[in-house]
Amino acid sequence: MTLYLLCLFLFCVGLYGVLRKRNIVKIIVGFAIMGYAMNLFFVMLGYKMHGRSPIAAIDQQVTNMVDTVPQELVHTSIVIGLGLTALLIAIAIKIYEKCGTFDITKIKRLKG
Amino acid sequence: MNNSFIAALFVIVPVSTAFLISLLARFARRGYLYALSVFSSGSILLISFYALGVLPKSVNNILVYNIGGLASPFGISLVLDGLSVFMLVVVNLAAFFVSIYNIGYVDKHDDAPKFLTLFFMMLTGLNGVVITGDLFNLFVFLEVASIAGYALVCFRGGAEELEAAFKYAVMGSTGSAFIFIGIAFLYSFTSTLNMADMSRIIAMKEGIFVVPFVTVLFIMGFGLKAALAPFHAWLPDAHTSAPASISAMFSGVLIKALGVYTLARILFNVLGTTQALLSALTVLGAISILVSGVLAVLQWNMKRLFAYSSIGQIGYIFLGLGLGTPWGVFGAVFHIFQHSVAKSLLFLTAGSVDKSAHERDLREMSGLKEKMPVTAWASMIASMSLAGIPPLGAFFSKLIIIIACIQAGFYFYAFIAVIGSILTLAAMAKMQKFAFLGELREKFKNVKEASFAMRISIACLAGICVFGGLLLLPQLKPFIGNAAGVLLEGTKYSGLVLGAATK
Amino acid sequence: MPNNPLAGMSIIVKSITRIIISMVMVFGIYIVAHGHVSPGGGFAGGVIIALSFVLLMLAFGKGVATSKITKTIASNLESVGALMFLLIALSGFSGGAFFMNILAKGAPFKLFSAGTIPLYNYVLGLKVGVGLFAIYLAFVVLEKAGKRK
Repeated sequence: MTLYLLCLFLFCVGLYGVLRKRNIVKIIVGFAIMGYAMNLFFVMLGYKMHGRSPIAAIDQQVTNMVDTVPQELVHTSIVIGLGLTALLIAIAIKIYEKCGTFDITKIKRLKG
Repeated sequence: MNNSFIAALFVIVPVSTAFLISLLARFARRGYLYALSVFSSGSILLISFYALGVLPKSVNNILVYNIGGLASPFGISLVLDGLSVFMLVVVNLAAFFVSIYNIGYVDKHDDAPKFLTLFFMMLTGLNGVVITGDLFNLFVFLEVASIAGYALVCFRGGAEELEAAFKYAVMGSTGSAFIFIGIAFLYSFTSTLNMADMSRIIAMKEGIFVVPFVTVLFIMGFGLKAALAPFHAWLPDAHTSAPASISAMFSGVLIKALGVYTLARILFNVLGTTQALLSALTVLGAISILVSGVLAVLQWNMKRLFAYSSIGQIGYIFLGLGLGTPWGVFGAVFHIFQHSVAKSLLFLTAGSVDKSAHERDLREMSGLKEKMPVTAWASMIASMSLAGIPPLGAFFSKLIIIIACIQAGFYFYAFIAVIGSILTLAAMAKMQKFAFLGELREKFKNVKEASFAMRISIACLAGICVFGGLLLLPQLKPFIGNAAGVLLEGTKYSGLVLGAATK
Repeated sequence: MPNNPLAGMSIIVKSITRIIISMVMVFGIYIVAHGHVSPGGGFAGGVIIALSFVLLMLAFGKGVATSKITKTIASNLESVGALMFLLIALSGFSGGAFFMNILAKGAPFKLFSAGTIPLYNYVLGLKVGVGLFAIYLAFVVLEKAGKRK
């Protein structure tokens, strides 16, 4: 139970970074932390009591494996997170090029 | 299983087109790339019409295709039922006309191969979301379409577009995070990812805490993708700064396929609806109508006005869905079709005005009707349709939603819907007066009409807008009736899909 | 490799990189090839292959790395990788379904077994490796363009 609460705490740390920080790069780091917390939560959901890691080897009989489906789903989610982070960083670099600053309070040109 | 392999084609064709265009960018001239894009989107449209025709001949009106031949609860299955085929036709119709429009709209200075590659990746994501029967597969395609969308908003690289793209990306990823957590909870509760299997298990087990919690998470996540109030704040910036054809795809198709369709599918077919949930949807829909109606009239930027009006029309659709009665759901589904045609047409005309006159502010424009007759007529038809003037298309869908409200006894919501319609009429009339009617200004003496490709796509969409009311004829009514019927069946969907899958 | 003493990092990093870089790439290909037997597979191995190119660029400067793989080659190879993935998936149609596994499945835990899954791993390793390096190249080019303004 404490593991789930710590995972929630990690998610809230990332959420705080996204909401309160003014530097664009810090917002992106906050997103990365949120992604880690979500993936960690999903993998932890697949835990069985005294389960072993789900790798089959040629000379071992492992009968009590943890759930394998969350591991693949998290693999996919990590790749999606990578694509998203790459896009956000590219946008941040171009914003620096055009506006000369990383501070989001100074990049307010759209009004209404 | 003979005909159901066409379900796989909806994903294969756009993906291969995207990468072929990216590969052939060095070797072929631009004309061939545009021809390939139009050919590909046209062929997907024809396949979706074929699916529409082949569906009534199959068991229970459902076609199920298992990817890789793996049996249903273990593998990923693609499900074609009434609602999926309806959304496929809506998505691919808009995409076809937008890809014709792109021929005239994309500049010589823009990077056309990258633009078309991203466009087709977005189309892949949209098609994939609509046909999949597996919950995590839906999430993956949702992310593909969303990320392609974020990249397309900032395509022209100006400071405003970059700011809008960053805001859209941050808010969209937060919505996706909520959806992911919801899927995690649902998986841990039912230990399966297939949507039909999941609904069967949820009906059997007693999920007192999990199901309402997951419902709230999904309303937050998918509501953000659909721009439901109070999650609508990203939409005005993103849809204003994107290139016009991409704005047409966003407002016309993306918010409906990624937001409305997914929320309706999961809430009606998988989780099962309760009265509290439906009334929550109607309240959010009514708030959207009021918020957008008031703010749309105050805008002076042409595309920003259209973007705010989109929020209100999505509110209409959720109002209809939340009533839960047959007429309500029918009206909502009909309004999806009408709004996607009308709003895409409005954004395309805004794009052609922007390209010819290089002006977006309504205070600087007037009298363009003399120089750009096709654009002006099409814009008039689309705005009158959205405002609810008979006998154009969206009048019927709004009328059905209002009648459904009165039938269900919600007089207050019907009143709000009528107020919203009046405010939309005011906003559209303001746009028409300033942009097209009146005296032609000096600086617009040399404005030319839009190019041929743009004119063809605008004219065709205007024709569909005019004749949209004909979809209520008894021969054509099953097109929408089947889609509404799937939603109204609710959790019986699981039995039908599993029954069709084992054949 | 042509050695510009001003570009890249110090002489110690350059010497060590010369020794290590082929080992990193071979390790990446090993992870890709054994994806169906041990943890790893297409994406993880592809990331390591991309990292070997990034190490080349960091240690020796931009000129050397882009002379080996230019931006157009990276972009074209990535599209070729995606199209090959689709071709293998489409070949499943001959067996009856999209994405079906049609090649012979040998004995478990051998290198040549499990049908088409190792083929998917190789193609993914190519695409991810080249693709991530293309992303990194795009960042470096953007930054150079920004500094020149």
